[in-house]
Amino acid sequence: MLAQKSSFTTDARCRKGESFVWLTAAGLTAGITMTVALLLFLLYQGLSSFWPNQIEVLDLQTDGTTSKVAGIVVDQRTRKSPDGIEKREWQIFRGNKDLYGESFLFLDENTITGTSAPTDYWLIERMEYGNAIGAPQSYTNADGSTLAATDGNFATHLRDRIEYVDGKRDLLLEIERKKLGKVNRELDKIDINLKTQRITAEQADAQRLPWQQQFETLTLEARTMREEIAKESLLVRTVDDKELNIPLSQLVHFYAPNQGGFFSKLGEALHRVWNFVSEEPRAANTEGGVFPAIFGTVIMTLLMSLFVTPLGVVAAIYLREYAKQGVLVKAVRISVNNLAGVPSIVFGVFGVAFFIYFIGSNVDAFFFSDKLPTPTYGTGGIFWASLTLALLTLPVVIVATEEAIAAVPRGVREAALACGASKWQMIQRVVLPASVPGILTGVILAMARGAGEVAPLMIVGVVKFAPSLPLDDISPFIHPERKFMHLGFHIYDLGFQSPDAEAAKPMVYATTLLLILIVVVMNLTAITLRNRIRKKFASNTF
Amino acid sequence: MSSSHKHDFISVENFSFFYGEKQALYDINMKVPEHQVTALIGPSGCGKSTLLRNMNRLNDLIEGTCHQGDIILNGSSLYDPLVNVISLRKRVGMVFQKYNPFAKSIYENVVFSLRVSGRNQRALLDDVVEESLRNAALWDEVKDRLHDSAFGLSGGQQQRLCIARAIANQPEILLMDEPCAALDPLATLKIEELIQDLKKQFTIVIVTHNMAQATRCSDKTAFMYLGKLIEFDDTKTIFTHPKEKQTEQYITGSFG
Repeated sequence: MLAQKSSFTTDARCRKGESFVWLTAAGLTAGITMTVALLLFLLYQGLSSFWPNQIEVLDLQTDGTTSKVAGIVVDQRTRKSPDGIEKREWQIFRGNKDLYGESFLFLDENTITGTSAPTDYWLIERMEYGNAIGAPQSYTNADGSTLAATDGNFATHLRDRIEYVDGKRDLLLEIERKKLGKVNRELDKIDINLKTQRITAEQADAQRLPWQQQFETLTLEARTMREEIAKESLLVRTVDDKELNIPLSQLVHFYAPNQGGFFSKLGEALHRVWNFVSEEPRAANTEGGVFPAIFGTVIMTLLMSLFVTPLGVVAAIYLREYAKQGVLVKAVRISVNNLAGVPSIVFGVFGVAFFIYFIGSNVDAFFFSDKLPTPTYGTGGIFWASLTLALLTLPVVIVATEEAIAAVPRGVREAALACGASKWQMIQRVVLPASVPGILTGVILAMARGAGEVAPLMIVGVVKFAPSLPLDDISPFIHPERKFMHLGFHIYDLGFQSPDAEAAKPMVYATTLLLILIVVVMNLTAITLRNRIRKKFASNTF
Repeated sequence: MSSSHKHDFISVENFSFFYGEKQALYDINMKVPEHQVTALIGPSGCGKSTLLRNMNRLNDLIEGTCHQGDIILNGSSLYDPLVNVISLRKRVGMVFQKYNPFAKSIYENVVFSLRVSGRNQRALLDDVVEESLRNAALWDEVKDRLHDSAFGLSGGQQQRLCIARAIANQPEILLMDEPCAALDPLATLKIEELIQDLKKQFTIVIVTHNMAQATRCSDKTAFMYLGKLIEFDDTKTIFTHPKEKQTEQYITGSFG
């Protein structure tokens, strides 16, 4: 009998299973690979910028003359010259920008005849001109006595002096920012009172007098302090036998990378990480830390969430619960969804035009008219920036909330109404609590989007350097009108606006890593909160 | 007959109901006596749930409905244009087919109807919780975890919690829409015993698909078919000497 072919036989192509599973898996793999590669790259570049590398002294020979260069080897690469010859090239960070004009040096590998790592070379962090590299010679104290670097107590003594000058710097900062700031504010107030004719010119002069006296005392105090710390200095000899005199007022930190072992370097790296996240930027943002930018980013994102959550939830409730479902509501819903796709700079322009120029200038005209023509709210600030971003992320929250509300089962709503609840009571007591996890999902998405947004911020209040934070100890403590710094803008500024792009490169990576970390931390906090709420009333659906 | 002494508590008068163009109820007339259990039986789509949901005007939620006639609840018209639907619903408790506790604690579930009426005194709420849960035969099982999530209870317990919630605000009437449909036989038995206890305090109208249940726990039975009330009488009469042929066919299972 002829064996009949079963109708269930498969052809060879799909004998081993679904063939398109590979296509879909490849898509996912590509996505994951790119994300992981990006994260690893940032992690490596960001973290390695904190690691204290060896200072190498290179012997060079060019055209029969020999010379020496001391510095940190940043990169070694092959470059093709215009005539097609490949050359190995070393990039050296040799610091001492005040001596050489440039911090970085590119050397042809063929000219390097030898390298060594002498232990007496230090990397010295300064307030200006970037780092200095050289061998310390002696320290001149305030009374003119000197201490030679060969002395056993030299490093300890220097550390003591740096600690001392740190304290002095804090004092100076307090005098210049707070005390003088207060005097200036008082003088401004008197000026305004005079201008608005609340007091006469004589009264104004009389009121000014004590403040002017205080102003002079304070400036004198600051000047003496500056002169005092400028008396002491550290003498350093560079590799090409030039002498570099670094006044104590310029000294920030020193480290001898060629002396320490692994743990010493680790300690130094951690010290640098701490300085990076806790200090203010220096030298056109290429040195120092990014604390104000971290602070600005976090405060702005929180303010934004604070604005967008109630607005989005209320709007979604109306759309889903009260509005008559028809063509109009459908059109509104489509528009809201499309709003999420509008380029963010458009929101920035709207923020400037509506919030700043329209609302802000009116607020100024009504409440701060005595300060005009200096704008208070009529210029970019963290308040307007948060509001602009709240508008930008509003569609995300509305869509998420609508979905969460729609997912609340009909039975539960009917039960609430049957218990004698009004519609609002039903929404408030039953529908909204059940939607909280969904709403939080929307807020998480909004935060992730808002924290990383830069373009609109550039025109509604972000600045390259903000001397004061939007929250501080000067009454009224919260200053929503102040301009602020933001990590995203900081990256742009460092990478593309910096006068010394090479010097800023490690900072760019470190800042990028930090921005990602902050977004992740904020999201994880929100996700934990959401999961806790979810767990509390785990759904009974099965 | 004993039921004839009872006061007519709900009286449905020439009541018709429409979902848009489709008529769901045809000229229903029915008088539900006080402190008795009245069962509504009939095949799916016969309008028994619609009738029940009109007794607390829950059908108002559906768009495009309209009605003719009236339902009188203990002397007051339900469809009077001046009637406040929210205060009306406070007089009528309802238990649904699928148990539907809120995403709140057991305690908050029970006191929900008091809270929405603005009665928030702690001592009162505590008393109500205990009394309602005792009436719903759930107190002993949950008294130690009143502040846990209601979703931690079993299906039968959740349904009894829903009953406790429905009776917490001392309604006059308790409407039950197939309260045992989602429960196993043991939980069903418990709920049926509960219904017998509850009828001392409330007038109960129950929709059921289960004829045995109707015979076990109801005093009066109404048979509905295609939106019409075919027969309404004492349960014993309906199940032993039905007057209508359709009723007989339905209860004997030989229905078309």
